[in-house]
Amino acid sequence: MREDRAEMSEDEDRALDLGGGGPDASNKTESSGGSCGAGDSPSPFPDQVLDNVLEDVLRFLTSRRDRNAVSLVCKSWCMVEALTRSDLFIGNCYAVSPRRVVDRFRSVRSLLLKGKPRFADFNLVPPNWGSYFSPWVTAMAAAYPWLEKVYLKRMTVSDEDLGLLAHSFPGFKELVLVCCEGFGTSGLSVVASRCRQLRVLDLIEDEIMDDEVDWISCFPETGTCLESLIFDCVESLVNFIALERLVARSPSLRKLRLNRHVSIGQLHRLMVQAPQLTHLGTGSFSFSDLMVQGDQEPDLVSTFAASKSLICLSGFKDILPEYLPAIYPVCANLTSLNLSYANINAEQLKPVIYRCHKLQTFWVLDSVCDEGLQAVAATCKDLRELRVFPMEAREDIEGPVSEVGLLAISEGCRQLQSILYFCQRMTNAAVVAMSKNCPELVVFRLCIMGRHRPDHLTGEPMDEGFGAIIMNCKKLTRLAISGLLTDEAFSYIGTYGKLVRTLSVAFAGDSDMGLRYVLEGCPKLQKLEIRDSPFGDSALLSGLHHYYNMRFLWMSSCKLSPLGCKEIARRMPRLVVEVISYRDEETDDAVEVLYMYRSLEGPRNDAPKFVTIL
Amino acid sequence: MEGAVAYESDLNLKATELRLGLPGSNESEKQTLLSVKSNKRASPEMAEECRSKSNSSISDAGNDGREAAPAAKAQVVGWPPIRSYRKNSFQTRKKDEETTGIYVKVSMDGAPYLRKIDIKVYKGYPELLKALEEMFKFTIGKYSEREGYNGSEYEPTYEDKDGDWMLVGDVPWDMFMSSCKRMRIMKGSEARGLGCTV
Repeated sequence: MREDRAEMSEDEDRALDLGGGGPDASNKTESSGGSCGAGDSPSPFPDQVLDNVLEDVLRFLTSRRDRNAVSLVCKSWCMVEALTRSDLFIGNCYAVSPRRVVDRFRSVRSLLLKGKPRFADFNLVPPNWGSYFSPWVTAMAAAYPWLEKVYLKRMTVSDEDLGLLAHSFPGFKELVLVCCEGFGTSGLSVVASRCRQLRVLDLIEDEIMDDEVDWISCFPETGTCLESLIFDCVESLVNFIALERLVARSPSLRKLRLNRHVSIGQLHRLMVQAPQLTHLGTGSFSFSDLMVQGDQEPDLVSTFAASKSLICLSGFKDILPEYLPAIYPVCANLTSLNLSYANINAEQLKPVIYRCHKLQTFWVLDSVCDEGLQAVAATCKDLRELRVFPMEAREDIEGPVSEVGLLAISEGCRQLQSILYFCQRMTNAAVVAMSKNCPELVVFRLCIMGRHRPDHLTGEPMDEGFGAIIMNCKKLTRLAISGLLTDEAFSYIGTYGKLVRTLSVAFAGDSDMGLRYVLEGCPKLQKLEIRDSPFGDSALLSGLHHYYNMRFLWMSSCKLSPLGCKEIARRMPRLVVEVISYRDEETDDAVEVLYMYRSLEGPRNDAPKFVTIL
Repeated sequence: MEGAVAYESDLNLKATELRLGLPGSNESEKQTLLSVKSNKRASPEMAEECRSKSNSSISDAGNDGREAAPAAKAQVVGWPPIRSYRKNSFQTRKKDEETTGIYVKVSMDGAPYLRKIDIKVYKGYPELLKALEEMFKFTIGKYSEREGYNGSEYEPTYEDKDGDWMLVGDVPWDMFMSSCKRMRIMKGSEARGLGCTV
């Protein structure tokens, strides 16, 4: 299961990452973020003692928002802050250039970088769009020899990049790659062999090429500092003997998530080597068809019983349901359980979930049906996050989960903060009930898979349901809407969604008014992604006052014209307005994809042919 | 969205890809038709395998709408919003899940490794025996009811629900499937003895 470290979460409030209060602030006040630190020659400050004290004090300041505020006080504070900032968060790799970053911040130890827009996950961004890690790693190799941690999300990373990383940072400790692509097992082998201080290697939902390189064998022979090794997304076989030896010589290992080529027998052997694990991804949880002579059926129950520290379980990629009871001994301690690859029904789930009293995070497949969700609601009183994924992502079937499951969850899990729920049938009543039963909701993402599908009992649009969520859930910052929705729903969002930062819209709304409500009514809106909704140029123009406060706006298959987008680009010089085309020919028809974001750098120079920057 | 197919073929990776094969070999035509991105950088066999996977995929997930026929219910790219990674996990497994398998261990005298196989995938004895021959690299003789297996040192045997060791082939296939607990490919005279007791 993807662990949401604080920095990786989409839902925290992000002030402009580099401080400076926005691109247009830089010329107005002395305290501009954009201009300080960029090649200023050090003039003698009246009170050097104060600066030294400030430097020492600022080292304790870790929150990004606080640091951004500090950097706005005056030039002197801005410089000192830049010297002492060690953790860098860049929410959009094109908002700022590596050069500018390296010039301003001198002692960075940790970098978090995000690239492609989220809809790239659903194949809406053609390949080779961008977000290359290369210029970043090149710049940092020269500037930050003491770099320890790199977290990348939706970036294009090559084996050469990984090679450069491995060779440039002798103290390198943590590499986390989420939804990245462009590299293979060759790159992994260089990281494994060269980064002798490596503690964390987390590969989460990446696309990794199989170069037939045995990267697992490349870790240092004498022993490793590994605390976390997550490779459940690696599709290629790993050398199991090497893996077993690696686990044996990694005494600090606490998190291990195996890929689906690790069989249940092999899992058993690894668990015996590492009873101290806290997080375990179980691999296939099934048999391979090759076993060594004399192998008994593995005694998994005892092994799980011996794993007294386990709090997070995932994997189960090819599960043999009859082996699921092996996990009973750890259920009572589990705070996180990911069964979202396990095709199990309600009867198979129940005995497990009835033992999971402490569960806070639960990911599951809709194969467990409403009945399974009722069992969850009955037991998991402390549930904070629920995700229900569809076995069959189709629009035209009845579907195994519905408003019944949602209602049950709302009644049983009053502490719920975050929900992602895929279904084919829903009612306003259930959504309204959840809005009242779960006041702690911060993230509400409901995906009714049938496009334009109304409340299946009343035939009404889903406006009232989502309206209730936005009205009653006072802490809501992230919302994804679906089903049949009129402009009314957007009116609710604009009126009550004062804290909303991320909004996802698909196949919704009647007219430009829908988008206008949101752009005019949601002051905290940072990320807006819209597809297949009837919003046009005039709606787009209604957001001019707000676009510099946003990280990005995505609109695909809407009613935008090239002229309208050009107008935006003309009026907002610090916005990069990309028009992405799926077809080769240029066309004056409706814009297929508009992706725009604030940037200090202007148009990027690595855009492919199918991207037109206006 | 047929224009979309064009960009699928633009794999810049090719220029810098690391392969075991020679750089000149050309399977790019096959790859442009892939909807499921092949994990391996090279190898035409993989391309073929991936293509047959996607053709036999039952799930309608809109994700692979690029190669789906635009007829009937129009499929939409990227809808429902499920990550390819997750969708692909189920597509490759869906075939396996149509039925629950009957797994039995198969050992062969003198061989260090067992195999665990799903006998449900075989339609009858001839297929099963052929598979065993391939797996363990030996030949089975010809079967006759009276004499068992003739013409080879090896005889396939199995343990049934009652704990008795029987010669494979003595009972009808369906009965075999429901009663077989494990198999052993016996060698030499021990095997002969079995054939006669039936």
